[in-house]
Amino acid sequence: MRPWYARNLAKAAFFATALFLAPFFLPNEYYINILILGGINALIALGLNLLLGYAGQISLGHAAFFGLAAYATAVATTRLGLPIPVGMGLGVSLSALVAWLIGMPTLRLRGHYLAMATLGFGIIVHIVMNETVEVTGGPSGFVGIPRLALLGFSFDSDRSYYYLVAAVLALAALFSLNLIDSRVGRALRAIHTSESAAQTAGVDIAGYKLFVFVLSAAFAGVAGVLYAHFLCFVAPSSFGFHFSVQLVVMVVLGGMASVWGAMAGAFFLTALPEALRGFEEVDILIYGAILVACVMYMPMGMAGAAAGVWRRIGRLRRGRVPGQGEGGHVG
Amino acid sequence: MFAAAAQYLVSGLTVGATYGLTGLGFTMIFNTTGIINFAQGEFVMLGGMMSVFFRTWLGLDLFSAILLAVAVTALVGAAMERLTIRPIQGSSPINLVIATIGVSILIRGAAMLLWGKDTFSLPPFGGTAPIPLFGAAVQPQSLWALAITLALLTALKLFFSASIHGKAMLACACNRKAAHLMGISVARMSLFSFALSAFTGAVGGAILAPITMTSYDVGMMLGLKGFAACILGGLGNPFGAAVGGLLIGIMESFGAGYVSSAYKDAFAFVVLLLLLFVRPSGLFGKSGAERV
Repeated sequence: MRPWYARNLAKAAFFATALFLAPFFLPNEYYINILILGGINALIALGLNLLLGYAGQISLGHAAFFGLAAYATAVATTRLGLPIPVGMGLGVSLSALVAWLIGMPTLRLRGHYLAMATLGFGIIVHIVMNETVEVTGGPSGFVGIPRLALLGFSFDSDRSYYYLVAAVLALAALFSLNLIDSRVGRALRAIHTSESAAQTAGVDIAGYKLFVFVLSAAFAGVAGVLYAHFLCFVAPSSFGFHFSVQLVVMVVLGGMASVWGAMAGAFFLTALPEALRGFEEVDILIYGAILVACVMYMPMGMAGAAAGVWRRIGRLRRGRVPGQGEGGHVG
Repeated sequence: MFAAAAQYLVSGLTVGATYGLTGLGFTMIFNTTGIINFAQGEFVMLGGMMSVFFRTWLGLDLFSAILLAVAVTALVGAAMERLTIRPIQGSSPINLVIATIGVSILIRGAAMLLWGKDTFSLPPFGGTAPIPLFGAAVQPQSLWALAITLALLTALKLFFSASIHGKAMLACACNRKAAHLMGISVARMSLFSFALSAFTGAVGGAILAPITMTSYDVGMMLGLKGFAACILGGLGNPFGAAVGGLLIGIMESFGAGYVSSAYKDAFAFVVLLLLLFVRPSGLFGKSGAERV
């Protein structure tokens, strides 16, 4: 067994334990809901982080992959009467397939052109969701999706659903950690640093870009089917441009190229509107202000800020005076 | 048949004028600072909404209201640069983009609190009797919109080619470091570019408000179309952005007229995607030119 494998297994096990214990610290059951949605968002952020944080390719259309899978399983399990596991498989496959088709021509583009192409794709999918009323139910949404039941066990209670999402999330985190430490991860980082250098070193740039794009779409797809069978209702407004942007913000706010940062960003941004609910109408203002402040005072994201605090604690324990300009960006 | 086509063309050009002005705003900020400003659409929204409210609240006549709205929006743009962009100017591009997203959420939220969620309209600038042209009935407002856009484009062209500030901004676009070495204050040019973009966007918002109505949330879609306009024209090319905007307006209008109005917003993006697959640097962009 490779040494990093054991280390990643230990990290994931620690993370799984933390997820397992989290509900016991919650004041009431309502917060389980937020944890579930946070976990689902964290799953998408994990995938997007592989694409954006590690391979350096932006996608402003990731909400589309999330939505495609959610609608696919919704249609398959109700109108077509297929069993839930089949519907979920179809949903994830559809996201991956569409990503593969759209990724081939799109990933040749760079920088802002790639941002525009993925954005355009996301908007087109969103409009189709709104307009194909006979399939999707249109803007008012799709109702009557069955709650998840697998192998005879029905995930009726929120707590059981939470543990399912937590298990999937922990496995996805382990998978991401291993992928990053593997040959593929090195190739992705090489592409991020310099495409020409990576190509010279024999990295199949087009192949790896397409792979990580499809992989991140599949993560979003898994999140999408979990979302559909949790809420039992989907509407196009959850899968628009706004959500695509929010996903990118989760990854950047968490700290690019950090598995833990991406997930922390996802949980933070999911919980923030709930925390601001008490402020009534000005919540949107505070939300925007927090976003700007985070970028201004934590340029390396939450992961970077945490690392800064950690360094500072280490220095204090060694009894030295903190140096100037280091680790100072803690909000 | 021909009359319908002429009608679609005119209405496409009218809406396209605003997309073009929005795209122009994107380009000016991008050229001077290298930032894609996602709050650009909110400037367009502010131009329209403030015109409406200066007119009703302060009882100003239409033109004073619009002038004041455009001026205040330019100040908002300058304030945005000073308060949020300048302090983090050394950050990575993606952080700067997220800062502009945060500002756009703030502006939209403030507009919602101030003016509510209703839709408002502005009276047309002059005359309501349609003018017959090639069998199409042209609203005078369409002519106003096109004339103002054309005038603004000419003025900007003159500003960039004849005035010292315009040339300094162009120098920043060519090479910021070299411009700095030549004694140009890059920081001040960045401030100017935000103010000027906000100004241009607000004009676009004000000329569109009598035609399509306005509300606190129109900025997002207008901003996206503006971004599409400058990608279509080739990012970094201001007049490419203006032409790109007109083309997007026309495509939408013909798509809505001949195919389906439900998919109006999708046509422009479909064409844009296809174009990007064939010509990855836009219509007027130099292929292979990567701005750093």
